Formats: sequence, C-alpha cells, structure tokens
Amino acid sequence: MKRPFTFLLVLLLTMGVLLTACGSSDTPAEEPAAPTADAPAEEPAVAEEPMAEEVTLTIGFTASQTGNQNVSSTRQINGLNLWMNDVNNAGGMTLSDGTIVKFASVTYDDESNTDRVQELYTRLATEDNADYLISPYSSGLTAAAAVIAEQYGKVMITTGAASDSAYKQGLTRAYQAYTPASRYLTGAVDMLASLDPDVKKLAFVYENSKFSTDVVEAAKDYAEGMGYEIVLYEGYDPETTDFGPFINKIEDAAPDAILGGGHFQDGSTFARQIDEKNVDVKFFTLLVAPPEPDFADLGQAAVGVIGPSQWEPLAAFTPESAAEAGLAWFGLLGDEFVTGYEAAYDGEEPSYHSAGGYAAGLILQKAIEDADSVDPDAVRAVLENMDLLTFYGRIKFDTSAEAHGLQVGHSMVYIQWQEDADGNLVKQVVWPPEGATAETLYPKP
Amino acid sequence: MDFLFASIVDGLLLGFVYGIAAMGLTLIWGVMNVINLAHGPIIALGMFGVYLIFTMLGLNPYIGIVLVAVLGLLLGMLIYYVAVHRVINAPHLSTLLATFSINMIIIGLGTAVFSASPRNVDFSLGSITLGPITLLGSRVVAAIASMLITGGLYAFLYKTRQGRYIRAVANNRDAAELMGVPSTQILALSFGLGTMLAAVAGALIATFFPFTILAGGVYELKSFVIGVLGGLGNPVGALFGGLILGVLEGIIPTFMPTTWVPVLEFVLFVLILLVRPQGIFGAKK
Repeated sequence: MKRPFTFLLVLLLTMGVLLTACGSSDTPAEEPAAPTADAPAEEPAVAEEPMAEEVTLTIGFTASQTGNQNVSSTRQINGLNLWMNDVNNAGGMTLSDGTIVKFASVTYDDESNTDRVQELYTRLATEDNADYLISPYSSGLTAAAAVIAEQYGKVMITTGAASDSAYKQGLTRAYQAYTPASRYLTGAVDMLASLDPDVKKLAFVYENSKFSTDVVEAAKDYAEGMGYEIVLYEGYDPETTDFGPFINKIEDAAPDAILGGGHFQDGSTFARQIDEKNVDVKFFTLLVAPPEPDFADLGQAAVGVIGPSQWEPLAAFTPESAAEAGLAWFGLLGDEFVTGYEAAYDGEEPSYHSAGGYAAGLILQKAIEDADSVDPDAVRAVLENMDLLTFYGRIKFDTSAEAHGLQVGHSMVYIQWQEDADGNLVKQVVWPPEGATAETLYPKP
Repeated sequence: MDFLFASIVDGLLLGFVYGIAAMGLTLIWGVMNVINLAHGPIIALGMFGVYLIFTMLGLNPYIGIVLVAVLGLLLGMLIYYVAVHRVINAPHLSTLLATFSINMIIIGLGTAVFSASPRNVDFSLGSITLGPITLLGSRVVAAIASMLITGGLYAFLYKTRQGRYIRAVANNRDAAELMGVPSTQILALSFGLGTMLAAVAGALIATFFPFTILAGGVYELKSFVIGVLGGLGNPVGALFGGLILGVLEGIIPTFMPTTWVPVLEFVLFVLILLVRPQGIFGAKK
C-alpha cells in the first residue's frame, strides 16, 4: 500500500472547501441558473411613465433553494409569492392616474452562500433591472445583499434578517421588517423576572453566527443591567451536533435559566439533548427553532421550551387594535393570511418566516400606494415616514443616520410548547401578557 | 471535576460511532487506495434510511439499522461498478472525481427529495444516572453495536474465505488475481462493506442526533482525522482513533471554548502526519 500522506493532507484541506460547498459557504462562483419563477417576459416599464395603463414592477430576490437556510428561506419566499399572487390576482394596484401596478419576480438560488448572494444581487440590479429588491433569508446573507442594493441605489425591504449591525453601517435604502436582534431575547429576560424574581443565575449558550451573537450580546447586557449573574457565556459552531460538553458545563454551572440557540437545526438538537440528559433548569429559551411547527417533532423534549417569534397565527392584530393604537391599518387579517397560505401550500401552516415574506411585500405595496407612484425615490420617502399596523404587527423604521432602516415599531411575541388536555403538543403565546393565550409552564418540566 | 468525568464518558460513547464511520473510509482506502468522497453523503443516507423505516414502516429503528446495513452493502457495490471500477487503476484524481460526483448526485437528489429540513428519529431508550454521569440508552446501544460490528468485521476479514480474499487483494492485487481471486468482485464487496459501515454509522447517529441531508460532511471530515490517527487501512485502528477523537471532543471544552475543538483536532492531524504518518496504531501494509 502506498503512503501518500502529503497528498492526503492537501486533500483534507480541499475537503473542507468541497464539503462546505454542499452546505453553507464558499461555493465557487459560477454562472447562475436561469431565473426560476415568474420572470417578466419583457422589460418592465419604468417609473417615469405615468400615462402607462399597466406597469409591471420587477421584484428581485434570491432564495436558498439549497444549503442550510433552505427551510426558513422557502417559507419566506412562499409568503412573498403569496403576497404577489394576491395583488396580481386582485387586478393589481391602481394609482390615482389610473395606472395599474402589477408585480413580477426574478429569483435565483443563492445556495445559502454569501458570495453567491453578492453575485446574484449584482445581477438582479444590473442585468435583470429589478425595480425593488427583497432580501434573502438570514442576517449574514442579507448584510451582503444590502451592500449591493446600496451600491446600485435599489430600495430593499429586508425580511428574515434581524441582526442590527447591518443598519449601523450607513445604509440608506434598506428597510427592516423584523424586530432587530438586540430586542430578540430582552423580552425573555423580562418574562423570567416576572415569573420568578428569585432567579439570579443565567447561562447563555449560543451559535457563533452574526445573528445569534448580536442577540445574546444585547440580552446579556440587558440581563446584567437587571442584576442577573451570567454563570456561563459560550458560543458553539453552527455545525455542532453533540451538545454533551456544553450540557456538562451547564450542569456544573447550575444556572436557573438557559438562553441562546441559533437556528433551527442546532436549536432542536440542543433542546433534545437537554431533555435526554434531564438537565434541571427552570427556564429554557431558544432562538428561531421553537416557533417552527416542525419543532413539535421533538415530542416531549419540546415541552416547556420557549422561543421568541416575529409573528404567530394566534397574534390578533386587527383594524380595531390599530385604531386603538392610533395607527393606520393596512392589508389582510391574520386569519385571512393563514387561510390563504394553507390553501396555496397544501395545508402547510405558515411560520413567522412566511409571515415575514408576506409582510415585506405588504410594506412595499403600502409605500407605493401612499407614494401614488412607482418611482423609487417617492416610495423611499414614504418608507421613511411609515408607521402602520398590519397582520404581522407594527411597522416603523429608524430614520436616524446611526441606524437607518432599523425596525423600531415591531415587537416579538414569545411562544411556549405545552401539552393540551389530550396530550397533544400545542404552541401557546405566553408573552407579552396582553397577547398571552396561556399561562407560562414554569418551571420547565 | 465531575463534569470532566462525565465528558470523558460521553466522548467515549460517541467515539465508538465515530470509529465505525471512519472504519468504512479506511477499509476502502486500505483495500483499493480510493479516497471515498461520497462517504459523508452515504452516512447521511444511512440516517435517512433509519428515519424512513421508522416513520413510514413504523419499525423499531434498531431493526431499521439491519435493513440499512443490507441496503448500504448493495448501494456500495452498485457505486463501485458504476463509478469506481472503470477508474480503479487510474491516478488518484480520477477516483476522487468519481466519488465526488457520487457525493454531488446524492446531495442534489437528497436535497430535492428531503430538502435541507432537519429530521429526528423520535425514539428514546431513556437514560440512567450514575452519580455525575447520565448515560443515554441510545448512545450505550450505539457503542455496543459498534463493538459488535468491529468484532464482526474482524472475524469476517480473518475467518472467512471472502475476508481472506479481501486481505489478499489489499496486499497485492496482481498476485491475488494470479492465485484465482476474483478481484473485481472482491473490490466491489470491499467498497460495499465500506459503504455499509458508513451507512450503519449514520443510522446509529440518527438515533441520538437530529440530522439533514448535509449532516454527513462533518463525520466525513472526522473520519479522515480518525483514519490518520488510527492508521489508514487499519479498521481496528480506526475504532481506537474514534475513541481518541471522541474523548478529545469531550474534554477539550472543559478547559477552553468549544470552538477550539476542531483547531486542536486538526493540529493533531498534522502532527500525526509529520511525526508518525503510519498512524498511532500503525497502518496495515
């Protein structure tokens, strides 16, 4: 047998690149696939044609059809496509001069890959002449896309991207639909303080990603400000499957509450192993994973787990609540969204990613409607002053130079998996109290 | 220091499964000098095999593992005849590309069919708490299964005619052929066995970790490190390499942030290549 170990060393280094190419990053750039959905047959009409009877605006975005953001991205795109179909099937929007505005999309698979996103958004802005852009899913991909949008002067509604930092880099054309990461877990700390004032020791165990790090840094500062002791603060690699070492550390540190997580896969793995190891913790909150309907596949391990959610079907935002809050109401009701989504996607229950996708479209639609124009500058001026309530919640953007486009109106709700009278797992909204549908199961069983 | 002891035990239990995964890779390398870049996706297929058998047929996942083993053997032989046999005597790059093509086909088809959505085999064997240690039933069973598989493989290679043929082909294919050993069938069988071990490792992992179609890549990289630790071509060395890696993964996080684990693993990998390239337990020649 030969001993080509030097060869093997080189091979292994190459392997890292090749294998992650199948997953999440560093795929070598190549010619993008053809647009996959609803590409307009002809050049879209430009904004400076007020006499045109019908204008088709091109909405450009990428979807993670492959790679590790596939699940959440697909739901986001489903929501966005549903919005587009709803508007187009209703005959489009009619401006005061009689112009009918319809929408078409140009989209590519970004492979959950940052390099790919930059390449494809450049293509959307230059070759496809997209009129408006919607972000990809995830903070990392969106940060890359937003830079391209800024560079080419395109208005971008970002959704599926909660990280704050992208909006603190001088962007002027990105508008965030999600509650930012800095406010993702602060509500959980408030909830814990409300549930049990005697609790003092917290552990933060989180995914080493842009989004999760932003979230826990803000939550840690917030918790320390409230007098909590942080007994463990440690990140893990996004590919982590074995949380045993963390769990042993957690048991050694004996916190009262665990906060953290990252995305769906690591979060669900973490929750399962916490349950298997019978970790004695009163309060367990994870990012992203718990609100996903598939989290219930964990069975008993899901019971008691809390998660922040951008939106829940149970959330009851209505024209009446908008009137009470002194806000303008726009769009459909939450029930109508759920019904429409389930009808369009074989009964699949929409997640908050789906609602975020639909909401991004609604924001753009409302801005065009109020601007009474498809001109990007006019639309942008409306976005600057937007303050309204939709089925997804309140929408208002920071217009300061320090954090332009950051979402300041929307708030999180917190869900917890509980068992109903028949022993079935159900999601309940447990925070804030005014939106709660059930008492919090505390301490966690 | 209780948690250090608990971490070592956790690492050992996991290390057995790492060892089985690496054994598949190292067996194929040892017999035919082929680096199987489809190793990771085959591990993922093993995960999905037991998942589908459990969710769609309602069978106990441990019975599912037996079926996965049989299907893995057949799949490996098929891959050999379709993609590897024609390039078996070509330079290494050809077999690398052939197996990488299989990798991409499995990942592409798998993503189309299963998406990258995480799956979970919701089957628990409970746990036993002994002082500071909580032993998970699924990991204990996986460790026992790994030991049995290692013993079975050893017995097959050393006590059966087919096993002796495999060792003969590994030592000198030309001489084996002159002695009447049907080398093509033996190479296919070896590739099938390597694939079977990868699929079984995936199936065992699926009983305690959620997974996606992309999940095998991590274990493929670990298999390379383990292969070098134990000695490429040495299946029993792979098991011990797996145990070493498992224990390292258990104890490193007790002293430093977990993000250092892969760094130290690959530092060890390079050191072994430089200082003892035949591996700690010596490569089978």
